[in-house]
Amino acid sequence: MRELTASEVQTAREAILATITDRTLTHEQKVTNLSRHAENLLTVLDEPAELDSLMRVPVTEKCICNLGEGDAPYRPRYIAPDYAKFLREGSAFLQLEPATDLFDALNNLLIFYHNVPSITNFPVYIGNLDQLLEPYVEGMDDETVKKALRLFFKNVDRTILDSFCHADIGPMDTRAGRLIMQVEAELEDAVPNLTMRVSAETPDSYLLEGIRCAMHSAKPSFANDAMFRRELGDHYVIASCYNGLLEAGGSYTLSRLLLGNIARRADSIADFKTRVLPHMMDVMARYMDERIRFIVEKSGFFESNFLSREGFIKRENFTAMYGLVGLAEAVNVLMEKEGKSGRYGHCAEADALGVEIMDQIEAFNNAHQAPYCECTGGHFLLHAQVGLADDQNSSPGTRIPIGEEPDELVDHLKHISLFHKYFPSGTGDIFPVDLTVHNNPQFILDILRGAFKTDIRYLSFYSSDSDVIRVTGYLVKRSEMEKLDSGLNVRQNTTGLGLGASKNCKILDRRIR
Amino acid sequence: MEALVNKIIPFSSVDGPGNRTAIFLQGCNFDCKYCHNPETIHLCGHCGTCVSVCPTGALQKQGGRVTYDITKCCLCDACLKVCPNGSSPRTRSMTPKQVMEEVKKNMPFIRGITVSGGECTRWRDFLAELFALAKEEGLHTLIDSNGSYDLSADPELMAVTDGVMLDVKAWDLTVHQDLCGAENSEVKANLDFLARCGKLTEVRTVVVPGLGDPEETVRWVAQCIAPWQSRGGTRYKIIRYRPFGVRERYKSIVPPTDEQLDGLAALARSFGLTDVVVT
Repeated sequence: MRELTASEVQTAREAILATITDRTLTHEQKVTNLSRHAENLLTVLDEPAELDSLMRVPVTEKCICNLGEGDAPYRPRYIAPDYAKFLREGSAFLQLEPATDLFDALNNLLIFYHNVPSITNFPVYIGNLDQLLEPYVEGMDDETVKKALRLFFKNVDRTILDSFCHADIGPMDTRAGRLIMQVEAELEDAVPNLTMRVSAETPDSYLLEGIRCAMHSAKPSFANDAMFRRELGDHYVIASCYNGLLEAGGSYTLSRLLLGNIARRADSIADFKTRVLPHMMDVMARYMDERIRFIVEKSGFFESNFLSREGFIKRENFTAMYGLVGLAEAVNVLMEKEGKSGRYGHCAEADALGVEIMDQIEAFNNAHQAPYCECTGGHFLLHAQVGLADDQNSSPGTRIPIGEEPDELVDHLKHISLFHKYFPSGTGDIFPVDLTVHNNPQFILDILRGAFKTDIRYLSFYSSDSDVIRVTGYLVKRSEMEKLDSGLNVRQNTTGLGLGASKNCKILDRRIR
Repeated sequence: MEALVNKIIPFSSVDGPGNRTAIFLQGCNFDCKYCHNPETIHLCGHCGTCVSVCPTGALQKQGGRVTYDITKCCLCDACLKVCPNGSSPRTRSMTPKQVMEEVKKNMPFIRGITVSGGECTRWRDFLAELFALAKEEGLHTLIDSNGSYDLSADPELMAVTDGVMLDVKAWDLTVHQDLCGAENSEVKANLDFLARCGKLTEVRTVVVPGLGDPEETVRWVAQCIAPWQSRGGTRYKIIRYRPFGVRERYKSIVPPTDEQLDGLAALARSFGLTDVVVT
């Protein structure tokens, strides 16, 4: 390990003290931040030499970002345990027997959740709840099930303190799934995030129940089940924001390319494609390879953690996510450098450039051999990252910048359908809609059914007058953001991210459909 | 044959069930006091008054006719405000095939099309041909009508029409005449005919304080359609008058209260209607 200079130590100490004395952080948020400060005092990773100048620089120059992952990773970023196995078999480490009824199942799950690490130390995936619970609700009346679910979800919202926590339902119609949606529509809480996997086998009535729930609580979002199954197989999950990963597995790490800033470093489109972008892609890939090696070979996580030892996760089901943001800004910057006025989302030439860039990134990833990613063919999965609150002039993934959305939703959807196919580990677009007075949820149903025929992967809708809103991938309550903005501390750390995003990323100004 | 198309809305959530492309044709044989798009009532007289106020040059007068270039239009509505004829120069003469090309751009995101107006049945031949083309594409077809055209006498059009959304503005003849400048026996006949044949998708009544007796209208409509609602799944929409888009002299009318509208909805439900919506 490299030695630290006195000034580096002093900077770290100041950061630690600032965390300790911060009046807006809760105790749990402080503990998480303090552990990250400790981790970042280490220099155990054999990083590419060029990384510092691309990553540890001011936000306006940054080309690569590790999304706050510390410098000595001691657990995978995202973990998706096999909860069915846990309910079926119990856990020796947790001293829990197999669940025999709904109360057992819900209580056991709540205990388990607090033992599932992640980058935020809260579980990012809490199960395909409808299928998990369906056997247990048999023979019980609706009201009793809903009472139990209400307590369960209230517990999840109040104790899992960030909304990257994600549950899945669908694609099959289940009674448990319908009751879950009824309870979620009523609670209007930000946690957990919820996805309905939608296939040709999902009945319209089930999908409509999901749409009605989304108009109350901004969830579920809707995933193209056939597309995910084609790419990841039958045992895939949607975790965190909208990330497609393997069950009993997850993702070691996620870094992202800041394509807007990368394009600013190029002289021309040709320079971008032949010199600047290939270099950045190579540095980030090597950095991620090193992070993976440390987690697998050095951290001891997979040897020591009960999730692995008891078979709830398997190392060979893990992969890593190769992220990017700001395709829109990159395209616009490059068009300007060529003296052209066409803009991303509004001009066929600009959109074609966007597709070419994505083809190039995809080809790079398909050629790069990543260690310990055998479950995805020895490659990372591309990921359209949703952005950070302090991102500037950088739109999430391949999204059209807020404020520049096409006039017509149909044109917006056609644009989206060009880009969703690149991202098996997640992408998505978000639409606030004004449907309250019209009582026509079939409007959204038609859009979803059409979208999933055209290679669109993942869509979210929320009612334009809802308190719970979708920020970029996760959910927050407007009322909680207002509290935080007035200086009060709030329970969920994603509220702070949402507040930042509302100021920097104009998330409250999306075009209403 | 061609029709004068006032507007095509690619995605509409308010013109029938699901997501639909809505096509608005120019010209109406009613002249309702509260019309929310009065510029669709009359055909353009080609007087050219609008050409001088158009800021973008989208409107030109060529050979005695006003022409409209949709690509230059900024939708500022200056032309509508000065039109002495209560019309719009912003129309395009289109064939059913041309309209269908526009519709196809919105597939597969839409389940169907709705043709509205003006009064779209004034362009009956165009309508029948457009719907035949839509059926070839597997699209659901809806007519949005004021009920003045005898649909029971047009089996050819009805064969390609999946449903009709019918305005019943007032039940009482004198009120209807005062409100719309036309009588309403055909509207009532259509209501009955469509309900019986299961093609009455929606009935709408706009509630305007001080104009007629909405309670009477709602009662008669509900009574007329209730026995047949299982055939067509009819929705009854009770609509609050809103002073948007209406002509100047009607802007001062105050919208009805929630209580009044909810009372009317309850009245409709008391006849056994299950799908009653207040908007």
